[in-house]
Amino acid sequence: MYLITHKEKLSPTITKYVVKAPFIAPKRKAGNFVILRVEEHGERIPITIVDSDTNAGTITLIVQAIGKTTKLLATKNVGDSILDVVGPLGNPTPIENHGAVVCIGGGVGTAEMLPIAKALKKAGNTIYTIIGARSKELIILENEMKEFSDKTFITTDDGSYGKKGVVTDQLKDLLDAPLGISAVYAIGPLPMMKFVSLLTKQYNVHTLVSLNAIMVDGTGMCGGCRVTIGGEMKFACVDGPEFDGHHVDFDEMIMRSRSYLDMEKISDELFTTQHQCQLEK
Amino acid sequence: MQNVNTMKPSERMKIARQHSIEQEASERKKNFLEVSFGLNEERALIEAKRCLECKNPVCTEGCPVGIDIRSFVQLILQKDYVGAVQKIRETNYLPAICGRVCPQETQCEQICTMGKKHEPVAIGKLERFVADFELANNLFHPPTITERQEEKVAIVGSGPAGLTCAAELGKRGYQVTIFEALHGIGGVLRYGIPEFRLPKKILDIEAERIQALGVKIYTNFLVGRTATIDELFDEWKFDAIFLGTGAGTPSFMGIPGENLSGVYSANEFLTRTNLMKAYSFPEYDTPIRIGQQIAVIGGGNTAMDAVRTAKRLGAERAYLIYRRSREEMPAREEEIHHAEEEGIEFLLLTNPTKILGDKNNWVNGIECLKMELGEPDDSGRRKPVAINDSEFVIPVQTVIEAVGQKPNPIIQQTTSGLNVGKRGTVVVNDVQQTSREGIFAGGDLTRGGATVILAMGDGKIASEAIHKYLQEKKSPKKNGELKIENEVLATGAK
Repeated sequence: MYLITHKEKLSPTITKYVVKAPFIAPKRKAGNFVILRVEEHGERIPITIVDSDTNAGTITLIVQAIGKTTKLLATKNVGDSILDVVGPLGNPTPIENHGAVVCIGGGVGTAEMLPIAKALKKAGNTIYTIIGARSKELIILENEMKEFSDKTFITTDDGSYGKKGVVTDQLKDLLDAPLGISAVYAIGPLPMMKFVSLLTKQYNVHTLVSLNAIMVDGTGMCGGCRVTIGGEMKFACVDGPEFDGHHVDFDEMIMRSRSYLDMEKISDELFTTQHQCQLEK
Repeated sequence: MQNVNTMKPSERMKIARQHSIEQEASERKKNFLEVSFGLNEERALIEAKRCLECKNPVCTEGCPVGIDIRSFVQLILQKDYVGAVQKIRETNYLPAICGRVCPQETQCEQICTMGKKHEPVAIGKLERFVADFELANNLFHPPTITERQEEKVAIVGSGPAGLTCAAELGKRGYQVTIFEALHGIGGVLRYGIPEFRLPKKILDIEAERIQALGVKIYTNFLVGRTATIDELFDEWKFDAIFLGTGAGTPSFMGIPGENLSGVYSANEFLTRTNLMKAYSFPEYDTPIRIGQQIAVIGGGNTAMDAVRTAKRLGAERAYLIYRRSREEMPAREEEIHHAEEEGIEFLLLTNPTKILGDKNNWVNGIECLKMELGEPDDSGRRKPVAINDSEFVIPVQTVIEAVGQKPNPIIQQTTSGLNVGKRGTVVVNDVQQTSREGIFAGGDLTRGGATVILAMGDGKIASEAIHKYLQEKKSPKKNGELKIENEVLATGAK
């Protein structure tokens, strides 16, 4: 059992959890994730570790409630426990001094970008950050990202905050400017990462994306998270989760990520009906 | 040992081999309840009378863990069922599991003297009978541990090899800790073998019994990531480590269309069903997708488990596609037979070449080639050769590949000094010792994909070797006085 010691809403649907996980806390590095199972009947889902505190033996997770499992997690409060948490999983993000880099966080992907931006800054990079979301209420961790960024840009699809548009508009401006951008790190929805990669390929700028594939065990056992990278089959859980964006077959991955949409909807609706009052709190 | 049975051998030979009571095929293909209920007491007593009580019981030599079969059968004859199960537990701590999943027909029962002219004694079914009797009547008592050892041993992986090694070292009084990456213990016994062959309740009970020996269990602990092998030695202060991490990485055929939605590795398909209970969706959250027509590729036990599971999940037509003939199938005869009874359609001498999909990237068919058997290959089995222009397509909406597994590489990649073989297996000597001092290994991690009982045999041999290693380390002078159970080492199948 993994005790929730702190809970904080970052947006109406995005919540930060600090969870007691004393074995994982000292071992985690930027880019690592955990697989968690909230309750006995629950499924196993991968969640990126945003931060950790070795002394307190805790890890920080930031989760958007978009389906049954993430909504169930949102009903848990400080003092409650998550049944299973295993990690740290996946390979840590390769951190080096590229000179100038762009860090792009789309939606809740900004949370996953935070530890990477922090590590890249520490490695001596100049950091240009782009945070993008559909609307203002989904922009999270702006101040935290600013702390490690030399310059931060915000874009929203509806223009309710920052510049109206998508992250690639801002990215193009940065790539066109004489800033010497030599690497781009992008985490967010699959279409966002796809279009970032297509753009940076034109500029021949190295791009790293994080693939949140469907996983069961997260340890290389099931192969459910298989992705095609440069024509080869890779498992996102043990070979990734980060890959060279120019080699990822995004269209296949997008198709695969939709494999259970209808069943996810059944679970979600069932849960929402049963927990209406709790969710409204 | 005196004979217990007063019948003459010729009389014993006249008794017919007793059969398990089973769920009807038409009924069981719709549920996940256990297929076989085993022998009842009456049948078990009749079966025990068939044992010839050989002076030289060869059956024990056929057992990878060296169970004293003649003695436990004699105890059954005397209706001392608890005595019988305790006799088994002296050498095999997990009889309820072995009685269900061991391939006795190629081990103890294959060399049973009765089997030379008649059907062999149903040793496996008798083992299961006494284990189930003990369980049903709540008669289990943990063996007394006479001597406590101060040394700490880490067991990595809680599959059959790890559980056996942990139990044997626990019985010897060592401070044993099991580390399991998943949220439930058992390894392949939990994620791989379906409920209808091995109820998970049995596994939970065996786990409790291992804990009753003082063994500690950490689930959700992935050695290599949560802590490395070096950290287990240096920070956790373990004196020896046993690696039993199995062969959990699925292989794929490498044919076009494998990444379409609706294509599973057998590992994923079985893990979703067994570990995550996807058959109870939406009561359980993990989904699984089953087409009206499904195809499983492969001819091993995993393929049989997958195709029988698919049938139970509601597939109207479940095909098993195998490139050789029925004779070459590596699966147990009993599993093949059960699959046939349940209406699985076998497409033999058939090799898939391509998985076909619709515009939404969903599987809608599989293209295959007809094969014929040619000359024997390295494995001694006749090699399948494609017949020209024999392509045909079967409409299916789900494809499950059960074409083999490799060891998970995480520990090998994060541990220095560990010799790794060609297929990613960890190299061990005849007592399961690896190339690095204090580290032992066994089961599928060293074999690359074998059976539960061979893994248990490895775990047992390793436990002896670890005991010897720790005792010698403690008092190097006493080498000659050590009583190592060499007969176990000698009979361990390699």
